[in-house]
Amino acid sequence: MAKLNINGKSVDVDVDASTPLLWVLREQLGLTGTKYSCGIGICGSCTVHIDGKAVRSCIIPLSSLSAKQQITTIEGLSTDGRHPLQQAWQELDVPQCGYCQPGMIMSAAALLKDKPNPSDADIDASVTNICRCGTYNRVRRGIHLAVDISKRGRS
Amino acid sequence: MKKERVNISRREFLINTTTVGAGFTLGLYLPLSSSVARAAEQTTSAPTEVNAWVVIEPDDTVIIRIARSEMGQGTLTGLAQLVAEELECDWSRVKTEYPTPGQSLARDRIWGSFATGGSQGIRGSHQYVRKGAAVAREMLIEAAAESWGVPKGECSVSASVITHKPTGRTTTYGKVAAAAAEMIPPFEVELKDPKDWKIIGKPVKRLDTVDKLNGKQVFGTDLQLPGMLNAAIKACPVFGGKLATFDAAKARKMPGVRAVVSVEDNAVAVVADTWWQAKTALDALPVTWNKGPNAKLSSASIAKMLDEGLTAKKAFVGNKAGEAKKALKGAVKMVEATYAYPYQNHATMEPMNATALWSKDRCEVWCPTQNGEAALDATAKAAGLPASKCEVYKIHLGGGFGRRGAFHDFVTQAVAIAKQMPGTPIKLLWTREEDMQHGHYHPITKARMVGGLDDKGDLVGLHMRISGQSILAAVNPKWMQNGVDMFTFQGLLPDGDHAISYTVPNLLVEHAMRNPPVPPGFWRGVNINQNAVYMESFMDELAHAAGKDPLEFRRKLMTKHPKSLAVLNAVAEKAGWGKPAAKGVHRGLAVCKAFASHVAACAEVSVDDSGTLKIHRIVAATDPGHAVNPQQIEAQVEGSFVFGLSALLYGECTIKGGSVEQQNFHNYPSMLISEMPKVDVIVMPSGGFWGGIGEPTIAVAAPAVLNAIFAATGKRIREFPLKNADLRSA
Ligand code: FES
Ligand code: FES
Repeated sequence: MAKLNINGKSVDVDVDASTPLLWVLREQLGLTGTKYSCGIGICGSCTVHIDGKAVRSCIIPLSSLSAKQQITTIEGLSTDGRHPLQQAWQELDVPQCGYCQPGMIMSAAALLKDKPNPSDADIDASVTNICRCGTYNRVRRGIHLAVDISKRGRS
Repeated sequence: MKKERVNISRREFLINTTTVGAGFTLGLYLPLSSSVARAAEQTTSAPTEVNAWVVIEPDDTVIIRIARSEMGQGTLTGLAQLVAEELECDWSRVKTEYPTPGQSLARDRIWGSFATGGSQGIRGSHQYVRKGAAVAREMLIEAAAESWGVPKGECSVSASVITHKPTGRTTTYGKVAAAAAEMIPPFEVELKDPKDWKIIGKPVKRLDTVDKLNGKQVFGTDLQLPGMLNAAIKACPVFGGKLATFDAAKARKMPGVRAVVSVEDNAVAVVADTWWQAKTALDALPVTWNKGPNAKLSSASIAKMLDEGLTAKKAFVGNKAGEAKKALKGAVKMVEATYAYPYQNHATMEPMNATALWSKDRCEVWCPTQNGEAALDATAKAAGLPASKCEVYKIHLGGGFGRRGAFHDFVTQAVAIAKQMPGTPIKLLWTREEDMQHGHYHPITKARMVGGLDDKGDLVGLHMRISGQSILAAVNPKWMQNGVDMFTFQGLLPDGDHAISYTVPNLLVEHAMRNPPVPPGFWRGVNINQNAVYMESFMDELAHAAGKDPLEFRRKLMTKHPKSLAVLNAVAEKAGWGKPAAKGVHRGLAVCKAFASHVAACAEVSVDDSGTLKIHRIVAATDPGHAVNPQQIEAQVEGSFVFGLSALLYGECTIKGGSVEQQNFHNYPSMLISEMPKVDVIVMPSGGFWGGIGEPTIAVAAPAVLNAIFAATGKRIREFPLKNADLRSA
């Protein structure tokens, strides 16, 4: 039995310790917003936050996690779906099929935590998720718009 | 264009009245099983089916039925726009639902085709969905007029509110829907004049965005059914090979494992409580294969087969004008080049999957599919049951790109597994590795191009010989014409949706069909991808050989193709063709017609001393005739460029020992945001026709970039992907 802290709640999971976090989330906890696509840490569809940093949950075994770490998934990014990125994404109709988008948003959210006003080069360096539908230009605009939305929210 | 008057056939009338009379409602918002759905139906306050396309709830919510699939390209929203336009309903209260293929079968295919591919989602059904909506509108107005005891002609409608003009009385769709469903549908309706469109042509927001931002959107992989088990599968990696043996003893003892089963004659699956357990056990399962006749197949042996076709005596003719071979003999200057285009995988982000529940008298499948009816066929076949005892529930697709339309191998497998565990829903999910090795690949071809110029540098003859794979021969030979796959000639035909954009006085376009045993499939854009690379690169080669500007050279051949010329001119002008670009930046052009749309691109690239390519910007223009949703068209142009450029930069499946060598995104990369150019989209609908959106522009990205690379480096790349090429200046 392992204890984890997911989206602010403490949860118990009873599964083989080698199970990747992705499958703990999807199959033990029913948090299916985090997606499987490559399983080898390349595509970013499974991106979640651990203590605010973007990680690829498909290559993180349960055994390496502790209850002290704050794990955030797309379901826990905001309580009301109004995170500035979610607002911006809606405003610009960013998703196409949408499959890569939870991971894309979680990567962008970690970037904004680290750099509240990222440059295009910052985006290039940290949003390395694959989108086969090709939403990249709207993702970029969405990140910049989210910065504006947060600024407006604060003023 | 004027209003269109459309007659309603006797057949449609009968279907409408009988089914409405039977009080048929669906009430399916989630992919529930039919028994659950029926229970839900009885408890909710009944929405009314006005006709097959339109269901109205008492609170004025309008549910529009969409038979085609949403796989990212915005088809769902576009089709809803078409219906809402004629229905005159309140767009802010519109919802959508998928009717099921089983219901369609039971209702004499009332929703028409479910196929979503070939950029057909909208252009293949715009007429009858608008007609269905117009019929519903008339029935709703009729019901209101009757309740007031006034002539229908005195009533008007706007945003779901019906007004009796003389008295100003109003009612809403929700209030009259039940009465409307009892009305006799009109025999004739008028479709609006496009100039009166209020919803079609507007950049409305997609209807399916919100749930894609918070993790709520259910994809096939996310489906949960009570008592469901999960399956992981491994099929023989060699094409045409079979399953020989497997030793289940150890796997069966692993955590969560419920069964280890063979699937058809070529695969083995592990069924477990969770998918991760199933996959872990499958990885540990000793399996042997009978590799069969293709065990020695390699990229080299396939290339040899294609090379032979390049000069073979016999070939199918796709387009012929004048006497190309004779004209070439008389030409002052000959230009010759051979191009090659590799196999590629669709690599949808969501790997193949399907969930099946089988019992001896019913089989249900939940799956992401581009073609619900084809999925139902596959289900019935695999289940050993008539289609009337089967049902398919479509789920939003995590990408389709052609992979989930003509092929339902994943459905067949899921049913084959479920059949061995009657009464238990089985969710089958492929690994990425399985997906990479068991695709239906973009077909492989080569092309030999020979062009002749006269003393003025004008093109007098062009001979194009394509050698390679036919998709139709593998997928459905019945679609071929006398053994010819006319689809091979996309973008090269004398006329039609895929006409060549040039008038060449002496032209011969041929296809020597060579079909290696690697299964080909429809892949976003299909054959226009390589054909545009071949034709547009070679046009550039000819222009340079003639010492002419590539734009001027093309223009001269395009006087009889005004719409193609218009998009080409538009990109040239916007990009500043002929004017100096930023230092180190070079431009390239491409134009073509595909899926009835006219498209062109101008790419701006630079290549540094180390041969590193940067694509700065692509200006794109598209004339799709009618533009249903301009902001979505923009998204599709950008998106198709990512697909097309990923293919150009990285896309390649190579064959060794009869298997695809690539396994996952580490050796089958896709472009990233850092490589994405700025895209300027010009949408220039000229009206009067319905062209495709999801696919056409994909074709011009690659050749425009290749021509710009030549301008930058003097290097003409004729084999792809570019990751294998040395781009340092010649
Ligand atoms: S699924 Fe984890 S990075 Fe691709
Ligand atoms: S939106 Fe479909 S893969 Fe990104």
